[in-house]
Amino acid sequence: MDVKFEIWMIISVVVLFLTGLTALCMGQFNVPIDQVISILFGRGSTLKNAATVIWQVRMPRILFSMLAGAGLAAAGAAFQSLFSNPLATPDTLGTANGASFGAALGILLGISYVGIQLSAMFFGILAVILVFIVTKRSSGQNKGPIIMVILAGLVISSLFSSLVTLTKFVADPNNILPAITFWLMGSFSSISYKSLQMGTPFIIVGLIVLYLLRYRMNAMSLSSDEAKSLGVNLPLIRGLIIFSSAAITASVVAICGVIGWLGLLIPHIARMLFGNDNRRVIPASIVFGAEFMLLTDTIARCASNTEIPVSILTAIIGAPVFIILLRKTGGIRI
Amino acid sequence: MKFEVQHGCFSYQKEDIVLRNMFLHVDEGQVISILGPNGSGKTTLLKCMLGFLKFSSGTVLCNGIDQKETKQSEFWQKVAYVPQARIQTFPYLVKETVLMGRSAYLNLFQMPSEKDQEIAEAAMKQAGIFYLAEKSCAELSGGEMQLVLIARALASQPEMLVMDEPETGLDFRNQLLVLNLIKKLSKEENLSVVFNTHYPEHALEVSDYTLMLMKNGGSLFGTTKDIMTEKNMQAAFGVKIKIIEENIDGVKYASILPVSLLEDEKV
Repeated sequence: MDVKFEIWMIISVVVLFLTGLTALCMGQFNVPIDQVISILFGRGSTLKNAATVIWQVRMPRILFSMLAGAGLAAAGAAFQSLFSNPLATPDTLGTANGASFGAALGILLGISYVGIQLSAMFFGILAVILVFIVTKRSSGQNKGPIIMVILAGLVISSLFSSLVTLTKFVADPNNILPAITFWLMGSFSSISYKSLQMGTPFIIVGLIVLYLLRYRMNAMSLSSDEAKSLGVNLPLIRGLIIFSSAAITASVVAICGVIGWLGLLIPHIARMLFGNDNRRVIPASIVFGAEFMLLTDTIARCASNTEIPVSILTAIIGAPVFIILLRKTGGIRI
Repeated sequence: MKFEVQHGCFSYQKEDIVLRNMFLHVDEGQVISILGPNGSGKTTLLKCMLGFLKFSSGTVLCNGIDQKETKQSEFWQKVAYVPQARIQTFPYLVKETVLMGRSAYLNLFQMPSEKDQEIAEAAMKQAGIFYLAEKSCAELSGGEMQLVLIARALASQPEMLVMDEPETGLDFRNQLLVLNLIKKLSKEENLSVVFNTHYPEHALEVSDYTLMLMKNGGSLFGTTKDIMTEKNMQAAFGVKIKIIEENIDGVKYASILPVSLLEDEKV
C-alpha cells in the first residue's frame, strides 16, 4: 500500500533475523557464528555441547521472546484503538495483573500448566471487562475520557496486585512462595520446548486475529456511535480484541511473568514512523515488538554473570517514555 | 430513500418525556431540518433515528421496511451519519478517514480494495476537499474537518445523510460551503438529507420540510414554509421573533430576528 512502509518492513524482518542469529551465538558459552550456522543446517559442531545449547536452550528462548514481544506489542496497539486511548495497554488496564493473579492462584492451588494458563486468561479478561464496566457507568458513554480509563485501570490493576500479595501471604514460604515470587519477576530463563507448546498456540491465534482485524481497529478508535455508523459490529469486534489480547497477555504472563511497558512503547514508535493507520501500526508493532523483546532478553542474559529479570530492563526504558507520552497527550478529550 | 418515523416516543427516565408521538417523513432528494430549543431532544431524535438509542415506542421505516428487520450492515450502506467534527484521538490522514466510509461494505477481516480507494477519492472530490487528502486530520480547521466527515459519509454511497449540527461553530464562509453542498447533493444526487440546526435561517434556506421540537416533547412537522412562522417559533423558543425578508438581486432571503424575551420572563 505504500512503498516506504514495505521497505521498512522488509529491512526490519531482515534485521530481526540477523539479531536472532547473533543472539544464538551470545551467552555465557560463546559459540562462533560459523559453528551456529553449521549447527542450524544439521551438520553439527566441533565444539562440545554446542548443539545442545543452541537447540535446547537458546532456540526455544529466542523464539518465545520474539513471539511474546510481537504479541504484547500487537495487544497494546489493539487496546489503544479499542479504548481510543494512547495510554491503554494490557498492563495499564490491569489485564497483566489480573492474569498474574490467575497464574499465582494456579501455582498456589498446584494445578497443571494448562490450568494455570486458563486461570491467567480468565482473570486477565475479567480485568478488562471490569475496566469497561467502571468507565461505562461513570460517563454514560461507551468510552470514558482518557483519564477515567487510566484511573479505572489503575484501580483494577492494584486490586489484582493486592490479590497477588494475598496469594503470596497464604502460600507455603518454603517452596510455593519462592516459585510465585521468581516467576512474577519475569524471566525467559526457564523456557523449554514443553512450555513453548503450552503457550504459543494462544499467542499465535491471538496474533492472527489481531492482524486480521487491523483495518477494523481504525473505525474502533473513533467514538462508538461513529464506529457503529461505519457498519462496525461493535460487540463482536470488542469481544474479539479483548479475547485475543487477553489470551496473548495471559500466555506470556503464565510462562514468564509480567513484562511491562512493551505494549505501550512499541505501538507508539510504530505510530511515530508510519502514522496511525492500523494497517501499518499492527504489522509494524509485531515486527518491532519481536525485535525489542529479543534485544532486551539477550542483554538481560548476557550483560552480567547473573541474569537480570527482563521486566526490570523494559521498565527502565518504558517508564520515562510513558511520562513523556502522558505529558504530550494528557490534554486530549475524546 | 424513503424514511419514516411514526408515533416516535422516547424518554430517558419514565416521567421525563423527551419525544412524544413524533412524526417525520423523508422522501428521495428531500432536505429535512430539525429545529428546536436546547434540550428539546434534537440530538436524541437523531440517535433514535439511527438506532444508537431505541424509541420506547413507535416505528422507523426505511424504504417501507421496519428498521428492526434490516441488517445493520445493510442499513449503514443506505444511511450515513455525519457527526459533529471533533478531534480524533489518533489523527488519521484525510484520505484514511474518508476511506473508513467504505467499512460498511467490508467483511470482518477484509481490507479496502483499489476500488474502495477510488470511491473514496470521488467522495473527496464531491465534497471539494481532495486537495487535503494527504493532510493529517489534526491539522484541519473545524470547517475542513466537517467537510471531511461529509466526504466520509459520501464514500459509503448512501441514499440518506443524517447530519448532527453540520454548521455549528463554523464561520460564514464554511457555513455557506456546507449548506451549498447539502443543496447540491439533494438536487443533483437525489440524496435525502436530515440535519438538525440551531440556525432557523439555514433551515429556511435549504430545507423542504421542517420538524420543530417543543420543550414539552411535542413536535410540529410540515413544509418549511408552513412551520417556520413567527408564531410557531415564538412558541418553540419562548422568544419574540420577527422574520425579515429582503430582496437581493431578485432572490428572496429571510432573516430571523429574536427581538426579546417574552413579557413575563423579562428581568
